[in-house]
Amino acid sequence: MIIRQAPDIRPSEITPEADFRGRREFLRRAGVAGMGLLAGSGCAADDKPADPGELRRLDVASGSPFSTDEAPNSLEDIMSYCNFYEFGLDKRDPAKLSGDFQPRPWSVTVDGEAEVTGTFDLDDFIGPHPIEERVYRLRCVEAWSMVVPWNGIPLGDVLKRFKPTSRAKYVAFETVVRPEEMPGQRRGVLDFPYVEGLTMAEAMHPLTILAVGVYGVTLPNQNGAPIRLVVPWKYGFKSIKSIVRISFTEKEPPTTWNLAAPREYGFYANVNPEVDHPRWSQASERRVGTGFFGDRQPTVLFNGYGEQVASLYDGLDLRKFF
Amino acid sequence: MPTTRQVRFVLKPFVFAACAAPLVYIALRIAGIGPSLGPNPVEVLQDEFGEWALRMLLATLAITPLRVALGKPWPLRFRRMLGLFAFTYAALHFANYLVLDQQFDWPIIVEDILDRPFITVGFTALLILLPLAVTSTQGWQRRLGARWGRLHRVVYVAAILACWHFWWQVKKDITEPAIYAAILGVLLGIRVWRELKKGPGRPTAGGETMAQDSH
Repeated sequence: MIIRQAPDIRPSEITPEADFRGRREFLRRAGVAGMGLLAGSGCAADDKPADPGELRRLDVASGSPFSTDEAPNSLEDIMSYCNFYEFGLDKRDPAKLSGDFQPRPWSVTVDGEAEVTGTFDLDDFIGPHPIEERVYRLRCVEAWSMVVPWNGIPLGDVLKRFKPTSRAKYVAFETVVRPEEMPGQRRGVLDFPYVEGLTMAEAMHPLTILAVGVYGVTLPNQNGAPIRLVVPWKYGFKSIKSIVRISFTEKEPPTTWNLAAPREYGFYANVNPEVDHPRWSQASERRVGTGFFGDRQPTVLFNGYGEQVASLYDGLDLRKFF
Repeated sequence: MPTTRQVRFVLKPFVFAACAAPLVYIALRIAGIGPSLGPNPVEVLQDEFGEWALRMLLATLAITPLRVALGKPWPLRFRRMLGLFAFTYAALHFANYLVLDQQFDWPIIVEDILDRPFITVGFTALLILLPLAVTSTQGWQRRLGARWGRLHRVVYVAAILACWHFWWQVKKDITEPAIYAAILGVLLGIRVWRELKKGPGRPTAGGETMAQDSH
């Protein structure tokens, strides 16, 4: 991966003009010159949001036919409305409390049922793969959604380099544990490290990516810097952030929300309007960033990616394996 | 002890302003003044109105213990106002759900209310508060007489349901609902303790207070 050091963020040719203006407004209000107060989040002076000035330009090689043409949310929306319990429970917490997090240097350990294993520096891990833009719908299990222009690489392309053996049936992922930099981990609401998993077929699917950026810049801390999973047909909590370990396993790996509330969160967690959360309906979703009268829209099976992924679940009872 | 004039012209307006302040603050934020409501303002309104309803409800239930602790009747003069604010915030909480969140999608709303226990419980609490708000006037107090006190004791049920509603709604961290539930436990516990201490054959707590409040 080539990351060009830039003194500041300049207009990105891949960013629609309206969103670019949104970002510039965001940067202005956030105070790139070190003021560092997140726009409108009303945080106290001791809050330390990620300094957008530290986000670096990414060289994004291409777009993708998998991208939606729906209007993406602004970078401000994406950076200020996050579920990342490692930094706090409130959706504003990750923006406010992730300033101490150090996403560089970074390494990822690959282990388990593969011929090539070891610990790799992030740049080597990303390796030779060109970074694509993937504009994906993101559907949270809490019945809200966004559209995010991720920058990343297909997970399958990366995994193949490690030559998984025939015993590799699943891929397990693990988030970094740094309670000193991640205040939410000090509270221990979830059993950290956060862990997630996919079947091999899900992991190898071309829609599944490892994202290293958004809107043409490196991932902000609150969005899972420096590298995260994005599986657009599953609820957002499957898309594990700040990954430090990837393991090929023979058995279905444990996943954090399933461990926390097995009745409410399954291993598959495919977006499915027919299978309600025990406590709320999944039939529709609120598209955030659309204001007070913004659309509540019907939720679509597999988050609208059914054409690509439905065949992965042929013969599987989606109600039982939710 | 404050005089009637002080209560009416100083303390009551002050408490009214304090109770209305969260609403004014939210209204200002909607108008773009003050901290932004963020990318999902409907969710912020939902949480804010709900939490203020619960706080006001607990404040209402704190009046009787306060009156007993002070040995003075004057705190009772604020109870109706607090109760009506509790109802107002609860009604806004529901209206926000109905209008902005679900946008009058009746099949979903009916399913929510019937099939989702946390919403069933919250909606029931609101239904209980409704007749209490309607009969909070002095005219209704006179008309209902002793029955008024008995009727208004269902506020205890509403408060329990409201706490339960909050508890069931959170995804994982129950710290906040547990704090509200603990406060409610204390406020109700005081009442139970007084009843037990009083022994049988004496007038009950809810009824006895109103005589002092109604003039």
